[in-house]
Amino acid sequence: MSIFGFKISPSSAINLDKIDRSRFDKLCSIEPDAFRCMACGSCSATCPAAEFSGMSVRKVLHCLQRGKEEEAFRMMSNCMLCGKCTMVCPRGINTRHLILSICRIYDKEEKK
Amino acid sequence: MREIYLSGYNNFVLPFMFGMIFVLSWCVIGALRIIIQLPGEDRKKFFLSLINPKIMARNVRDWFCDCLFHVKLWKRNKLLGYMHSSIAFGWFMIIVIGHIEVFLYTPQRVHQIWYPIFFRYFVAVTESTMKGSFFFFLMDFFLLVVLSGIILAIIKRVRSRLFGMRRTTRASITDLIGLYSLWSIFPLRLLAEGFTADISGGSFLTISLNNVLHSFLSDQMNMLPTWWAYSIALGIFMCILPFSRYMHIPAEILLIPMRNAGIKVTHARKGIAKLQVHSCPGCGVCIDACPMSAVKANIKDTTVYLNRQIKRYNESRIEEISDKCLLCGKCTAVCPVGVEGDKMRIAQRSIRKYNLAPSYANIDENLLIERCNKFASASNKNVSSGNNQKVIYFAGCMTALTPAISRSTTSILRKAGISYEIMDKDGGICCGRPMMMAGRLAQAEEMIAKNTAIIKASGADILLLSCPICYKIFKEKYDLEGIEIVHHTEYFDRLINEGRLSVNEGSQRYVYHDPCELGRGCGIYDQPRNVVKAMGELVEAGKSGKESICCGGSLGSLTLSFDRRKALTENALNNLTIASPDTIITACPLCRSTFNRYADRPVRDIAEMLDEATMKRKR
Repeated sequence: MSIFGFKISPSSAINLDKIDRSRFDKLCSIEPDAFRCMACGSCSATCPAAEFSGMSVRKVLHCLQRGKEEEAFRMMSNCMLCGKCTMVCPRGINTRHLILSICRIYDKEEKK
Repeated sequence: MREIYLSGYNNFVLPFMFGMIFVLSWCVIGALRIIIQLPGEDRKKFFLSLINPKIMARNVRDWFCDCLFHVKLWKRNKLLGYMHSSIAFGWFMIIVIGHIEVFLYTPQRVHQIWYPIFFRYFVAVTESTMKGSFFFFLMDFFLLVVLSGIILAIIKRVRSRLFGMRRTTRASITDLIGLYSLWSIFPLRLLAEGFTADISGGSFLTISLNNVLHSFLSDQMNMLPTWWAYSIALGIFMCILPFSRYMHIPAEILLIPMRNAGIKVTHARKGIAKLQVHSCPGCGVCIDACPMSAVKANIKDTTVYLNRQIKRYNESRIEEISDKCLLCGKCTAVCPVGVEGDKMRIAQRSIRKYNLAPSYANIDENLLIERCNKFASASNKNVSSGNNQKVIYFAGCMTALTPAISRSTTSILRKAGISYEIMDKDGGICCGRPMMMAGRLAQAEEMIAKNTAIIKASGADILLLSCPICYKIFKEKYDLEGIEIVHHTEYFDRLINEGRLSVNEGSQRYVYHDPCELGRGCGIYDQPRNVVKAMGELVEAGKSGKESICCGGSLGSLTLSFDRRKALTENALNNLTIASPDTIITACPLCRSTFNRYADRPVRDIAEMLDEATMKRKR
């Protein structure tokens, strides 16, 4: 149905009642810094993996919070742990440890 | 020499014998277990090294220099060195001379292993032979040497600063039992021999003590209890030895040949890692060395405590300690027995379980190759004709955050007339070192494979790096077949020596900070200093070279957040500015941005300074 080169984008509505937030809560208990992110996007701008998988710590946090875990995993799949996001974060979030914690807490198979 | 007792035995040898048999069997079983735990390849390497005369000669030298004379501690502090070598070498000589005495005077007793230890109890002096008095003198002399060491050890417990140590390890309970039994062994031996000296003979120490004792204690029956006490002290020490830091005495004997055989830490807990843990003497030299100990709360996270927690299998503390470390490698550089604190920590991190694993299979390296294989095309303005060296410049992730460095580097390359290509101008793949530091070795290998393909396809002769973090992994893990890997400090030094760059010498005073990965990691100390000397006056920091202090910004630490690193950076800056230089020069983009945050004077990379100081060469 793309006569004009456009199509209707699929609904991106999220029902927060249907999301399993237990793992995100667990993440936040280990990494309280996750709440300090002010979504400035410094990490997105510097990330060398952004070119390949659209990685951005800001977006990963955003997606996990809203239950869009698959998307977060896809972005994270090219993270090289180089630490540039940690260096530029104006809030001083230890993003490398945050990413490693996500890798430990979340699991692809468990996803419904 | 005449034997007093026909049996050559008394019940008091039992505590000693029990301890001796226990510790010997413990060590033999432990050594066998460690050798079995080694990967097959390493085990073969180890056995082959034992029949290699060159390595064996080095082993013997190291056994004497490290185990007995503690040469590394002598270099650190004379008093500390004397204390350790007097106890170790003195005790060794007492054991050796004791055996010589048995061989010479009572060869029929050689098979009774307690005989050399309690020799003076079992023999009586006859017509004093010259040899007898010679050995008696040696025995008393070395006993005095050991006693002097023990007196120093007691002083050190109270005032460690006299020995050049600000902080020492807090002893655990087994360490304390070992310590007190070790301290008591030699005074008790002196007392026992002193009581017996009128029968067995003695020399300046024991005979004099015997005279003193006899002036108020004429009862010969005091003899037996002191020999019992001496034997019990020995027994306690040997029974507690496997559970205390004194395990380093036997463990180091095995560690030295394994180290010389070139065996590396592969498993977090088994094989050589286990041996290193047990070789840790708990001396605490690493505590003062650790850059983290600028904050008192971090003292318990130094290598000596990591080893202790690994011995106790305290998993949560092992994780905490190994994740906090900056991996600057200074503890490894100063360790007198060669425990590799940084490698041990990476090994601990590598056994962590992760559910999600990044993969780089989706990255198309051809796209990245296309960006940097322009050496073939003549249209590339960076390729100057008539130059045979083709340099591919990998700036690295950290340099991307300090673009001044890559700008200056390329500017210098242009001035020197080098044809170059930038590998990661528009982004690229990380070198893999940060991933490796996090213990995720499989992912790092994947990145290494991708980068290797890109560099090989570029057709360059030289790979130039700005970042020591990249440099270390490129040197150690990449197999680039004929492509030379150089750090920009090395390359600049070479360009200046070849006369391709003319440098204007200024009057400024510079201090050079050795980045951890470049100095301790790759052993490059002189080349950057040569470059700095060409630009102006070079002053040294308080601690430099092998003992340079980490800037605190290291990617090695996984858990230290930025606010907790400030004190470490300030401590490193204080060390650098001791000689009040005008500018701090470093050769690492990460050090540069970390120092820049808190420094009171300019912090520049060596490339930036050199770019300012060079002119275009006139042809």
